[in-house]
Amino acid sequence: MSDSFEKFTGSADYVVSGELSSAVNVAIALEKPLLIKGEPGTGKTMLAQSVARALNMELIVWSVKSTTKAQDGLYLYDTVQRLYDAQFGEGDVKNIGSYIRPGKLGQAFASEKQVVLLIDEIDKADLEFPNDLLWELDRMEFYIPETRQTVRAKKRPIVIITSNAEKELPDAFLRRCIFHYIAFPGAEKMAEIVRVHYPDLEDRLLAEAMESFYRIRSVRDLQKKPGTSELLDWLQALVLAGIDPARLEAALPFPGVLLKKNQDIDLLNSQSHNH
Amino acid sequence: MFLTFFYLLREKGLKVSMGQWMTLMSALEKGLAASGLTGFYGLCRSILVNSEADFDKLDLAFFEFFDGVRSPEDLPAAFWAWLENAKDAPDHARDDKGQFGDFLHNLAELRKMFEDRKEEQKERHDCGTYWIGTAGTSALGHGGTGETGIRVGGSGVHSRAVQVAGERNFKDFRQDTILDIRQFQLAFRKLRQYSARMDVQKSELDIGATVAKTSENAGMLNLVYEKPRKNTVKLLVLFDGGGSMHRFSALCNRLFTAVSQESHFKDLKFYYFHNCVYDKLYKNPTCKHGDWVDTTYVMNNLGPEYKVIFVGDASMSFSELEEVFGASYYGIRNQRPGIDWLRRFRSRYEKSVWFNPIPAERWNRVDGSITIGSIRRIFPMYELTIDGLDAGIKNLLVSR
Repeated sequence: MSDSFEKFTGSADYVVSGELSSAVNVAIALEKPLLIKGEPGTGKTMLAQSVARALNMELIVWSVKSTTKAQDGLYLYDTVQRLYDAQFGEGDVKNIGSYIRPGKLGQAFASEKQVVLLIDEIDKADLEFPNDLLWELDRMEFYIPETRQTVRAKKRPIVIITSNAEKELPDAFLRRCIFHYIAFPGAEKMAEIVRVHYPDLEDRLLAEAMESFYRIRSVRDLQKKPGTSELLDWLQALVLAGIDPARLEAALPFPGVLLKKNQDIDLLNSQSHNH
Repeated sequence: MFLTFFYLLREKGLKVSMGQWMTLMSALEKGLAASGLTGFYGLCRSILVNSEADFDKLDLAFFEFFDGVRSPEDLPAAFWAWLENAKDAPDHARDDKGQFGDFLHNLAELRKMFEDRKEEQKERHDCGTYWIGTAGTSALGHGGTGETGIRVGGSGVHSRAVQVAGERNFKDFRQDTILDIRQFQLAFRKLRQYSARMDVQKSELDIGATVAKTSENAGMLNLVYEKPRKNTVKLLVLFDGGGSMHRFSALCNRLFTAVSQESHFKDLKFYYFHNCVYDKLYKNPTCKHGDWVDTTYVMNNLGPEYKVIFVGDASMSFSELEEVFGASYYGIRNQRPGIDWLRRFRSRYEKSVWFNPIPAERWNRVDGSITIGSIRRIFPMYELTIDGLDAGIKNLLVSR
């Protein structure tokens, strides 16, 4: 692989698959946004933190909400403040530039050093949101009509976008992204992930807990399957309570940590009675 | 450059654009597919595919295109041109005798080499390109990244890309398979028509815009109005509760849960029928005698602006659909044949569709194929999968 860019291979607290790290490197090399999809709890958001740490860059997080508009990421013209200042004779009212507040994308563009920009949960926003960002992400610049300025990225940021697939993203947007789907980790990878978080965990407990965990995940019709973070919490609960690993097979302690919906717990109970 | 692969992808339904293809080419030029076919497969997945639902299409095309490829000679010449240009040299090739890229030219030679090497080799070699060993790029050994060759022991870490593609790990993500509640909800979320898009008066004060305009106007009040933004879709859902539907009950339950949890409809009504619609509609899925409303009452009270969704297998005996007194259910004597009622529904509700849990490919073959055929002539029928649901909902939304 060419050495003209820094390579990402994961960081101490984040286990990354070979496919994912090469997707990250391809995105960096081609200077395109990396779109990450996957089940909740597969570490989509963590990836950006890990990339930033591994490449020693600042991380700028733009977390998108249902009310977020593309404009918010670029800049905000604080007209209300300007109005106040005009009424009370304060501030530099004539200079519109001093009322332009950069958004997250604006900050990333303005940074002297290359940064990692995380656009988190892009699918939460309005359907048109990604389309409104096409130009800015492609050309890495935007225009502020109020001050007749063009803001251009000093160093092209590494853009990582996560999506939970709540809404379909527009085709035009998708075509410009490098796409990676984080599949739910298999037992081996999961054991590796758990080890990163709890290095001293007893082997026996881990093995038994993993078996129960994947058994629960395989139950059909679960409304919300437990993810990595649930497993980690559950393991901690097991350790704190000093549960004997041998008991795990017979009964499931602390089901509420793994399953967050009443129906799911009922479903599990009814299934274990049938055994 | 191997454009046939591009067209094969498109043929498999993967909508690869020219831009994406060019991106792939520039990635190849940059040597990003350094580890050969596996790397190339990874690049295709990252660049050409936009959704996990499409991975399977890529896998199919990839498998078809590269499956015959057992030795490097089978690969198109152009393909090798860039593979050789790949800038990578293994960082850790130490006990080298051969050269990286010194590929074996056919299987027989590979076997011979394996035999020769067995003779020659007397000790353990790892991370190399020549000896039989682990973690190297030689064609012999295991745990390495050489793209073709004989695996000696161990399990495939970088299993050959073709093999991975052949496993079709992402088959389950295809959009023409069965749905869960969430996927139903996503589909139904598309069923919306905002009044803002329609021709209504601007009647709501847009506070944000008013403040902005007023401020821009140096404090002189400037009121801005906007069209109210509300979903105007009214929906009537008719479920088949008949016996033949029991095997689909889990699927239909999920659909029901999804629709009833959606609060964005202006109005949402549920009724049930038994096999076919006659003069009564049941209020509950059990279809109990007496627990019903008149069908004419429903039709008179719900205006033609309602969108109607039928969910049923449309499979019944000919008489149940076509004949007077044909209803098979105890104590029902219908004066009008069922098909008449269905036609009346269709003529009153222009926006109506039928979702059938039976897969479309079997509509012509299952027991009820005759009635399925008759009903399809009245309602547009879609199978109850993500794709079918999307198509049906699109049908409900288009203006004719």
